[in-house]
Amino acid sequence: MIEVKGLSKRFGDSLAVDDISFRLSKGEVLGFLGPNGAGKSTTMKMISGFLSPTSGTALINGDDVRNKPIEVKRAIGYLPEGAPMWADMSVGGFLKFISAVRGFKGDDAVKKVQKAAELTQLNDVLMQPIETLSKGFKRRVGLAQAMLHDPEILILDEPTDGLDPNQKHQVRKLIKKMAHKKAIIISTHILEEVEAVCTRAIIIAKGKLLTDATPRELLKKSRHYNAVSIAVPNIEKAQEVLEELDSVRRVQLIGENWLMAFPKNKEPINEEVAQALRSARLKINEIRTEGGRLDDVFRTITRQS
Amino acid sequence: MRTTLTIFRREMAGYFATPLAYIFIVIFLILAGILTIFVGNFVGQGHAGLQSFFGLHPWFYLFLIPALSMRLWAEERKTGTLELTMTLPIRLREAVVGKFAAAWCFAGIALALTFPFWITVNYLGNPDNGVILASYVGSWLMAGSYLAVGAFISATTRNQVIAFVVTVTVCFFFVVMGSTIVIDFVSGWANDEFLEFVRYISILNHFAGISKGVLDLRSVLFFASIIGLFLTLNAIVIDRVRSN
Repeated sequence: MIEVKGLSKRFGDSLAVDDISFRLSKGEVLGFLGPNGAGKSTTMKMISGFLSPTSGTALINGDDVRNKPIEVKRAIGYLPEGAPMWADMSVGGFLKFISAVRGFKGDDAVKKVQKAAELTQLNDVLMQPIETLSKGFKRRVGLAQAMLHDPEILILDEPTDGLDPNQKHQVRKLIKKMAHKKAIIISTHILEEVEAVCTRAIIIAKGKLLTDATPRELLKKSRHYNAVSIAVPNIEKAQEVLEELDSVRRVQLIGENWLMAFPKNKEPINEEVAQALRSARLKINEIRTEGGRLDDVFRTITRQS
Repeated sequence: MRTTLTIFRREMAGYFATPLAYIFIVIFLILAGILTIFVGNFVGQGHAGLQSFFGLHPWFYLFLIPALSMRLWAEERKTGTLELTMTLPIRLREAVVGKFAAAWCFAGIALALTFPFWITVNYLGNPDNGVILASYVGSWLMAGSYLAVGAFISATTRNQVIAFVVTVTVCFFFVVMGSTIVIDFVSGWANDEFLEFVRYISILNHFAGISKGVLDLRSVLFFASIIGLFLTLNAIVIDRVRSN
């Protein structure tokens, strides 16, 4: 549904987006990750047809964004960075405008507005001017705008920015609910979001695509993947025992009475660790296996570039 | 066409959603009244007509129209709504025309609300209503030209104050082009063709012609081409913003 081919954007001397390519099909939720200024928003602006690429292009359902912009814009629902809107319009008036521009008339238009307002829980503020709304509400109005025509493709630039934890949860639930019948791209700083909603993640830094993988594959790259943390009363002895194990690469003190053992090949070692401690007649208060940490991976990957 | 109309409606509603429209109209009417009566000597001119009223319009628009046009695109660029507009299925020309048409219509409403002047002169005497109608049309066309220039300049910046100041300056040049000072200055060194050109692009000359009651096709064409030219430039500038 989305095919991005060698997309590049140059601003003066700097290459903001450098030869990015990927494909996305229905049912996928792609997380765009990267430090600030990495080129995430610029990439999204090009796919949605706002900025014209310096080279390369994006195809939406086979339509080239460069020469079929209107078709592309019809197929996409787009939430721009910062969710810009006409501040003096009312929420209802704004959504009505969007439905009119999207070509809906009469009852159909009213229904579309109602549905979008309902999904984003805006019914109580429909009469209010947008400028009087809190950041969280504004973001939801932006989402309602993007989803109004039930597009096949959603491109959301930081959809949960400024939302409180409950609202974030709500939006993620919404995205997940729609995910099976759409192709969705979201950019985010929040790594837990990737684990929560994305089926795939792309990491961009300095305009270059560094990684394109599933969240699970990314987690595997974490040095914490399958590490075991253990709470033991006799910490020195435990450390000695664990360091003897072949499958353990390193043992680290991570707090009072807490040790962490890192596996050699990122293979599970919890059984082995527990076994070894028990054989040495050491008491174990608690034992946990780590699933890997995305922020580790994120830092390692983006720093290398 | 439908999209243009949708944009037109949104813009129009935008004017009236804030006090902006009301303040603009009130100031427009007060200024028109004060200037006509005190500067234009409406009462003392000794005959029933609106020449003194319309004669001031080129000058009076010089500040009011840029105040209207300055936000057209600069604000959209600054707040990011330009990105929203340009990622909806809206063609650039639909946005340019829709926004301009709404501003022009709004200026038309303000202008139409000066009708008490027209009633007054008809009550006091027997003015030539044909001349008055032609003057209204001419004044509206002139407002449209100022607006198109202003819309183009507003598109080139994110700063409304800059848009205002530059528009006033550019419109000022268009107005004074035909004045004796400029003509004398130019005729010192330029050839006849150039002199004719300078005269031709003077808003003042065209409006003066129309407000005598002659809705000269050449003048109408002049205002229409100014509007067409600057709206085209407006679209080009916005397109360039997209490609940076």
